[in-house]
Amino acid sequence: MKHLIKLLPFLKPYWKKSLLSLLLLVVVVLLDLTIPRLVQRIIDQGILANDLSEVYRTFFLMLGISALDTLFAIGNNNTSVQVGESLARDLREALFVKMQSFSFGNLDRLQTGQWMVRLASDTSVVQRLVQITLRIGTRAPLIMLGSVILMYRTSRSLAILISPLMLVAIVLIVFFASRMGPLFLTLQQKLDRLNTVLQENIAGVRVVKAFVRAEHEAKRFAVTNEDYTERNIRVMQFLSTMGPSLSACLNAAIVVVIWGGGVQTVGGQVTPGQLVAFINYLQTAMGPLLIMVNLANVWAAAMASAERVNEILDQQPEVLDEPQAKPLPAEAQPRISFRGVRFRYNGSNDGMVLDGIDLDIEAGQTVAILGATGAGKTTLLHLIPRFYDVCEGSVRIDGYDVRELQQDSLLKQIAIVPQETILFSGTVRENIRYGRPQASDEEVVMAAKIAQAHDFILELPQGYDTHVEERGVNLSGGQKQRLAIARALLTRPSILLLDDSTSSVDVETEAKIQSGLRQWLKNRTCVMVAQRISTVLGADKIVVLEQGKIVAEGSHRELLQNSPVYQEIYASQLGDAQEVEIQHV
Amino acid sequence: MSERRSAQANPDFRLRMSRGPMAVSRIEKARHPRHAIRRLLPYFGGHGWLLMGVVLLVLIYTLCGLTAPILIGKTIDEVIQTRSLHNLPRWALLMLGVFLVGNLAEAASGWLMAAISQRALQKLRRDLFEHLQTLPISFFDSHTVGEVMSRLTNDVDAINQAVSQNLVSLLASTLSLGGILIAMFVLNLWLALAAVVVVPLMFWFTDFIARYTRKGFRELQSSLGKLNGVMEEAISGLRVVKAFRRNESVLQNFRQENQAVYRAAVAANSYALLLMPLTNQLGNLFVIAIAGLGGWLALHQLVSVGMIATFISYARNFINPLRQLANLYNAIQAALAGAERVFEVIDIPSEETQSNGNLRVSEVRGEVTFRNVSFGYHPQKRVIKNFSLEAKAGQTIALVGPTGAGKTTLVNLLSRFYEVDEGCICLDGRDLRQIPKPELRRLLGIVLQDTFLFSTTVMENIRYGRLDASDDEVIQAAILAEADPFIRRLPHGYQTLLSERASNLSQGQRQMIAIARAILADPAILILDEATSSVDTRTEARIQKALLRLMQGRTSFVIAHRLRTIRDADVVVVIRDGEIVEMGKHQELLSRQGFYHHLYLSQFKGEAI
Ligand SMILES: Nc1ncnc2c1ncn2[C@@H]1O[C@H](COP(=O)(O)OP(=O)(O)OP(=O)(O)O)[C@@H](O)[C@H]1O
Ligand SMILES: Nc1ncnc2c1ncn2[C@@H]1O[C@H](COP(=O)(O)OP(=O)(O)OP(=O)(O)O)[C@@H](O)[C@H]1O
Ligand SMILES: [Mg+2]
Repeated sequence: MKHLIKLLPFLKPYWKKSLLSLLLLVVVVLLDLTIPRLVQRIIDQGILANDLSEVYRTFFLMLGISALDTLFAIGNNNTSVQVGESLARDLREALFVKMQSFSFGNLDRLQTGQWMVRLASDTSVVQRLVQITLRIGTRAPLIMLGSVILMYRTSRSLAILISPLMLVAIVLIVFFASRMGPLFLTLQQKLDRLNTVLQENIAGVRVVKAFVRAEHEAKRFAVTNEDYTERNIRVMQFLSTMGPSLSACLNAAIVVVIWGGGVQTVGGQVTPGQLVAFINYLQTAMGPLLIMVNLANVWAAAMASAERVNEILDQQPEVLDEPQAKPLPAEAQPRISFRGVRFRYNGSNDGMVLDGIDLDIEAGQTVAILGATGAGKTTLLHLIPRFYDVCEGSVRIDGYDVRELQQDSLLKQIAIVPQETILFSGTVRENIRYGRPQASDEEVVMAAKIAQAHDFILELPQGYDTHVEERGVNLSGGQKQRLAIARALLTRPSILLLDDSTSSVDVETEAKIQSGLRQWLKNRTCVMVAQRISTVLGADKIVVLEQGKIVAEGSHRELLQNSPVYQEIYASQLGDAQEVEIQHV
Repeated sequence: MSERRSAQANPDFRLRMSRGPMAVSRIEKARHPRHAIRRLLPYFGGHGWLLMGVVLLVLIYTLCGLTAPILIGKTIDEVIQTRSLHNLPRWALLMLGVFLVGNLAEAASGWLMAAISQRALQKLRRDLFEHLQTLPISFFDSHTVGEVMSRLTNDVDAINQAVSQNLVSLLASTLSLGGILIAMFVLNLWLALAAVVVVPLMFWFTDFIARYTRKGFRELQSSLGKLNGVMEEAISGLRVVKAFRRNESVLQNFRQENQAVYRAAVAANSYALLLMPLTNQLGNLFVIAIAGLGGWLALHQLVSVGMIATFISYARNFINPLRQLANLYNAIQAALAGAERVFEVIDIPSEETQSNGNLRVSEVRGEVTFRNVSFGYHPQKRVIKNFSLEAKAGQTIALVGPTGAGKTTLVNLLSRFYEVDEGCICLDGRDLRQIPKPELRRLLGIVLQDTFLFSTTVMENIRYGRLDASDDEVIQAAILAEADPFIRRLPHGYQTLLSERASNLSQGQRQMIAIARAILADPAILILDEATSSVDTRTEARIQKALLRLMQGRTSFVIAHRLRTIRDADVVVVIRDGEIVEMGKHQELLSRQGFYHHLYLSQFKGEAI
């Protein structure tokens, strides 16, 4: 409940409309409730009193009321839809904006699939509650209440007669309502599991096929499918018991009324018209019973959804601009320095991923980072644009601690080619232009040329207008990487970060990219993670990272002389350089 | 008494769960409804008797529902006319009996139907899932994950909605509607005429509204699709969005689509939800008409008060089935359209999957020959051109060449993810096309260029290579792949859960797990497609040494851009634009001073030694 209350402010802009909607609804209910009364009038004062004009009068009165009723109902309908949909729209936007503000640390912990569900279904569940509350959700209890009051006024004795049955009905409602919420929640969980298996199988279809695991997966699916089906059968059987047992209650009440009412009619305490009206009211009162139980379900679902929505809304971005954060001056020198930086990922319990990094990168320098898998190279790179905050120490750009800067101004001067290539569905041109949409076609081609992408793009079916499929499946690994490089170059950053971004590119193409970059990098700073010695040869400085510590730093020549680790790396790839040299000469 | 059923058909109360991303009740028409029904029916077969039972039960409870109002009217008349209580207990007890039998029958039919329908859907889901797995890779290349998911979620759900809730209602509604009409005419012709006025009005209304809602929902559906697309990309690519400061434009885009959804939803729902108040009023109108007409008739001694009560009771029961039929119409149309899409997938021919188990890993020598193979993903564009290659048993073949040369494509052909257009590939002299795919793939251990790991534990991920492997064997494989040390440093070691897309591992670490997985499979032929591209060279060298030992006497194909990686290969095949330009041992190729030599040298460009 408290989670729903927390979402109440979202309703604030629409409180007038909501109120109007509820008012219209009350009128509708009141008008609805007069109909049985008027039927009673026709019988008692018209037919039994032999008064035809009374029949006519009442008939036209009823017609008028019905027409009015329709108008109010339509008004209620439209306002409630508007309020509900506005709320859903605002909730979706709030969630989306929140997600956009998340930093990498938050992203690590959330799963994309879950987000989509939250954005889509959880908002619509909350919306449904609002819409229902403005309609049938308020109407049903009001009608019940009104009918009970009118029953009492129509015939007090009959009302008292059926009160035990009403009590039974209430007990039944409470019983069903309390069971429903949990039942549906577990059903939802089973369904989630079914969907997870499904999604993994589609996304990982190549692996499943390569290892011939179709049978294994089919078994896995069968288990979750059976689980879900069984639960679903139980829920549906629960539902199909609920309806008839409540209507059995209603029917018993009708029998009691007819019996008791019959006795009283004969005794003269009750008129036949009253009896008919009373039965009418009884049917109207008990009708919404099942709706009430379903309402309980809607409330339960909405509470669960509100909790999940709040879970996102309450999350603070791990990286946030300080209130007094300054923009990075446009003329700031692209100098980067790490001072005593220590870092670990949230939730990992073992030692530091980066452990005491001191590193100076001068403006205009190209620095290469080398090191074993998992040494922390990517992590180090991600600290420069402040994707994560350091645990200790500081990262500075031209002397400004990145935590004191507005991240947007920082990112403006930095471009990154991430290790894992992510392209968007759209044309090749759109993908390259992603970082600077206003770039001209010539600039796009220039960037593509430096990234050695131009040639292969021209060979694609529609050249720069070729569509890139989801996850870039219609491109080879190296082609994707080169598009990502072009995308970064086009933003004309003063600092370029390359994270092993030519790992799937052949050495010759890579060498071409390198020499093109050398020109382009004039007056720019570049930090590149690489595995191949050939890639790092041109760097002003090479940094060797081992288990989160810098173990060597210097030029290729220096390292080749003093660093055993570097020598080892060198030997592991270019051990026979001399041999080639000899053959070549 | 049927107010209750109306609550289930009320669109507000569809017990809809979050299935796929954004499911909306799709209101659309199937193209060949009869065909879809014919395909669906077998899923309910085998429950023939149970279904008959359901029909019987529905008949019973609609009959009960029909007689109850008559009993009410009769009782009232008798009390008014005879003013005696003589028969009252009898009538009352009879009424109670009828009511209870009706309720029991209804509950029982619900129970039966729940089991029948859910079992049928279970079968349908199973069939669809198993069929999906047999579809060729090209199907998955041309359909997004979301699209395929939607078949098994939204579409099956649409069928579910129809069969589990609506099928019984449809039967019951039609029966009671017919029953009430007949009863009315039999009981009193004059009063029944009121129904004659209301019924066509009602049908006209629902048809009118349904037509508008269909259009409205179609628009809503397409705007939701767009919003979904914007969200999916923004979320899955959020890291890049942030890095390139595209938040503003992404947000703007989102706002625009979000507003469009709002507008479409208000339009569609205003129409759809109009049905409720309008039919409610129509119900009232019916009651009013009967009361007025009845009053006039009663005054002329043509009907009794009890009869009016009966008719009013009928009138109340009459509107609900009508209203439901309107809703059902939409639900059933949606279900049939869903079924059609499901069967569309099921009808896509599958790769053959039978394996006759006549190939043993131990019996395979591992001789692989490509004979004049040509292939293109699109007919216009050849990616592999007249490619011939002979790999002798036990050899290590290295494939090198510029990016986009077609190396991965060769792997795709060898594992028959795609079929060659011309020429053939043979294993031990047998055309691959004669070897069932599962049989063939069981012989291969493939490490794909794009690493895919499941979001379970590290242990289970490696074990995927051979399901019956013991923990020890898994660890052995991890040790060979050099993955053991870092796995032990993970928070829970081998039991660490990988997050979605294994984002809590470094790229190289993911690759090493994929290698361990292939090692565990113990294949006759090993295929490594840039399997160590993100692994540092020292670790790579160690992995290689282990692999070399492991692959002694078995054929392997290695694709790599680091030429050092392939130096020890028996044959180096240099590929450019889908053709072989050179072939031979590392040393030979170097001394030939051709393309390979050129490639090799480019590694040293800029190095001043
Ligand atoms: N998001 C994360 N959450 C938790 N741990 C992580 C996360 N990302 C990386 N790690 C861990 O931090 C360590 C360093 O990872 P990092 O990605 O920086 O390595 P790397 O040097 O870039 O390796 P590679 O060469 O394989 O890319 C690894 O042990 C990895 O398991
Ligand atoms: N599924 C696909 N649909 C259409 N075209 C494709 C598909 N996959 C690859 N291609 C195209 O086929 C060509 C060869 O691609 P392939 O993946 O075989 O190259 P590769 O030699 O493995 O390159 P890399 O070293 O970059 O991985 C490329 O031009 C690529 O754009
Ligand atoms: Mg990395």
